[in-house]
Amino acid sequence: MRRVVIAAVVVFGWLAAVGAQVTPDRLLGAAGEPHNWLTYSGSYDGQRHSRLRQITRANVASLELKWILPNQVFGAWQSTPLVVDGVMYLTQRPNDVMAVDAKTGRMFWQYRHAVSAEARVCCGANNRGVAILGSRVFTGTLDAHLIALDAISGRPLWDVAVADPKLGYSITMAPLVVKDMVLIGLGGGEYGIRGFIAAYDAATGKERWRFHTIPGPGEPGHETWKNDAWKTGGGSIWVTPSYDPALNLTYWGVGNPGPDWNPAQRPGDNLYTDAVVALDADTGALKWHFQFTPNDPYDYDSVQIAVLTDITWRGTPTKAMMWANRNGFFYVLDRVTGRFLSGTPFVKVNWASGLDANGRPNQTPQPDGQPTWPGNQGGTNWYSPSFSPRTGLFYLSAWEDYASIYRKEEVEYVPGRNFTGGGHRVLTPVPNAPGVRIGRASPINTWTDAVGHGSVIAIDPQTGARRWTFDQFDVTDSGILTTATDLLFTGGREGYFYALDATSGAVLWKASLGGQIVNGPITYAIDGQQYVAVISGNSLVTFGLRR
Amino acid sequence: VQTAAGRSALAVLALTLACAGLRGVTTAAVDGQNVTSDHPGSFSQTDIDAGTRIYNGQCAQCHGVNGDQVSGIDLRRGQFRRVTTADDLARIITTGVPGAGMPPFALTPPELTGILAFIRSNFDNMGAAVALGDASRGKAIYDGKAACAGCHRVHGAGSRVAPDLSDIGLSRTAAALRQAVLDPTSVMLPINRPVKVAMKDGRTFAGRRLNEDTFTVQIVDDQERLRSLAKSDIKSLVVEQTSTMPAYAGRLDESEMADLVAYLVSLRGAR
Repeated sequence: MRRVVIAAVVVFGWLAAVGAQVTPDRLLGAAGEPHNWLTYSGSYDGQRHSRLRQITRANVASLELKWILPNQVFGAWQSTPLVVDGVMYLTQRPNDVMAVDAKTGRMFWQYRHAVSAEARVCCGANNRGVAILGSRVFTGTLDAHLIALDAISGRPLWDVAVADPKLGYSITMAPLVVKDMVLIGLGGGEYGIRGFIAAYDAATGKERWRFHTIPGPGEPGHETWKNDAWKTGGGSIWVTPSYDPALNLTYWGVGNPGPDWNPAQRPGDNLYTDAVVALDADTGALKWHFQFTPNDPYDYDSVQIAVLTDITWRGTPTKAMMWANRNGFFYVLDRVTGRFLSGTPFVKVNWASGLDANGRPNQTPQPDGQPTWPGNQGGTNWYSPSFSPRTGLFYLSAWEDYASIYRKEEVEYVPGRNFTGGGHRVLTPVPNAPGVRIGRASPINTWTDAVGHGSVIAIDPQTGARRWTFDQFDVTDSGILTTATDLLFTGGREGYFYALDATSGAVLWKASLGGQIVNGPITYAIDGQQYVAVISGNSLVTFGLRR
Repeated sequence: VQTAAGRSALAVLALTLACAGLRGVTTAAVDGQNVTSDHPGSFSQTDIDAGTRIYNGQCAQCHGVNGDQVSGIDLRRGQFRRVTTADDLARIITTGVPGAGMPPFALTPPELTGILAFIRSNFDNMGAAVALGDASRGKAIYDGKAACAGCHRVHGAGSRVAPDLSDIGLSRTAAALRQAVLDPTSVMLPINRPVKVAMKDGRTFAGRRLNEDTFTVQIVDDQERLRSLAKSDIKSLVVEQTSTMPAYAGRLDESEMADLVAYLVSLRGAR
């Protein structure tokens, strides 16, 4: 009898080892193995919706702490972990990668990349996570390298320099694996980069294709630039794309034009900044684009997650894309063609009076010194939204009652220097009062909701109207997770971690974790136990039901 | 711009924290205040103006227009983690903090001089516009005619009902201080607005907020007590828009005002 048991363990162990091989087919069917979290958004469609059902609206109040992983560095921890057959892979700043037992939080290995002193990033030593294929883990670095690691040992397998960090190029996004390729985009929109997206052979690190987010001479879209402005036109990429396997299209949100706040130095629409580009996964060829904010003077990066779903639109079955943009509008597009279907403000907007039939904004620039809504951080930003096929609602973290006063100035391009062309100041009740900040610089909220606050809002994509709102006192940079039991998990800067009722917005459970939550919660399961993991401050915290 | 909480974390400081431990950091922060202990007027207006331009173009992106956007650093108030001398400041600007998000800046010598002048003058690029009298006479007015200590506190003396002013000279320009004395409501920070709280159990509190979140609020009440209240226990929380501080316009003459402002400007933290 004992021998049989041992044999069973051996066989099971062998199966588990085989299971660690993440094949392209498994990535395609990621939503069908909800005990894992295989890509940045949980599945290629960007929905961040899990089919796990153990934690319900009825029992969520009995969640208990399972384990905590404190990190060894300080600073906002934006990483979204992946979970593969019981092993969690995540990053910590600046460019560490860790493999952790997802059941206990105990570490298998840690890889540390020594970041070049030449690296320069606008907004902190951020990294948002890894990608996995086979038994390889892929990570991008602040000094613009793409590195493949062995998933079992953490040893580097290949390391390619994607771009020159001295020119302000960096990588902060989690890569996306499609087929046998690793797809990556470059940050650096504040340094006068010419942004691009590249695909690498996952086995060798050899470049397969490259797409410039700022078209060069002779390429379509180049006519939207004058003189040499395209050379320093920005168009950074810093959030992971979505992918439609049937159309073989990857959907990328492109960042702001450079210089950020002085459009006079870059007349024209400045394609493909502040746009979504649909690229053929095999070749990088542009299939279509849709620009949200032409000639943007507000830093409205379109770095949100494209959320893909098939819906009935005005009576017609439609392959749709939903997009809550930093510019304050919620869009629905046809993801086959890029055709504009609808666009509705989800927060106060005064930079545009509306959108025309093609979705192009009628821009209404405010006079010098006057506030623009939404403010510089946008109505939302890179915070991952979620879509629940069950409720049919789109959920996002929004900043409300928040405006900025912009200032433009001429700026000369110097390689590696900030190339922003002005600045902005948060609208406050009195001059020099604390404004809502980029990041929580203090655990004490002295700015108060007088300068803006956060909310979780549920939008009906058919109408663009809000179905419900959950207001927070401080702003929020948290991503959102929904489940097949109509739960919505999210956080915020105050350090509360919430389970809301996805149908109503009611708070069903909350835990005060203390540190700001600036990543998206994930869920996974091991040995029949469902876990929910979130990062708060300097700790990754994991919950499950008591049993 | 990439954003989010990221910026706070420019861990210019992280490694210092990790290596030195809290005690070391505290020491560094206190020492760091020496960097900005220069008197207004120590720097040429030309340098400060040049520094203002460099700051807005190269630094404000991360450090914020008020210099306090990176966690643990307040450039205007002279709070640093790695910096104790002006030379340290110049070095950090020039070399950056590899791996922590602070890039090296290749500035020309005049640009570097300018940015140091701007930071060390507490971002006050219009300091000359307000008349400053005699600080010791101003202290006498503070303690006597104006009766400020009845509500405010300086270096451990006075009431805690209104904000402590021990380092107000670091966080406010002379012009802002003058305006606050003349017409307090016009420059009252949202956090300092008077609040009135009625609890469901019948208790009432008056005071000002120290912190607030979605479910709780922390106040100091008019009995100088710290109270943390759960909003679920609160029947009403009213935030007044008018300061309870009297406006001193017409109560002090120009000479007295100049003296009082000079005293307030001289309040630069623990000595």
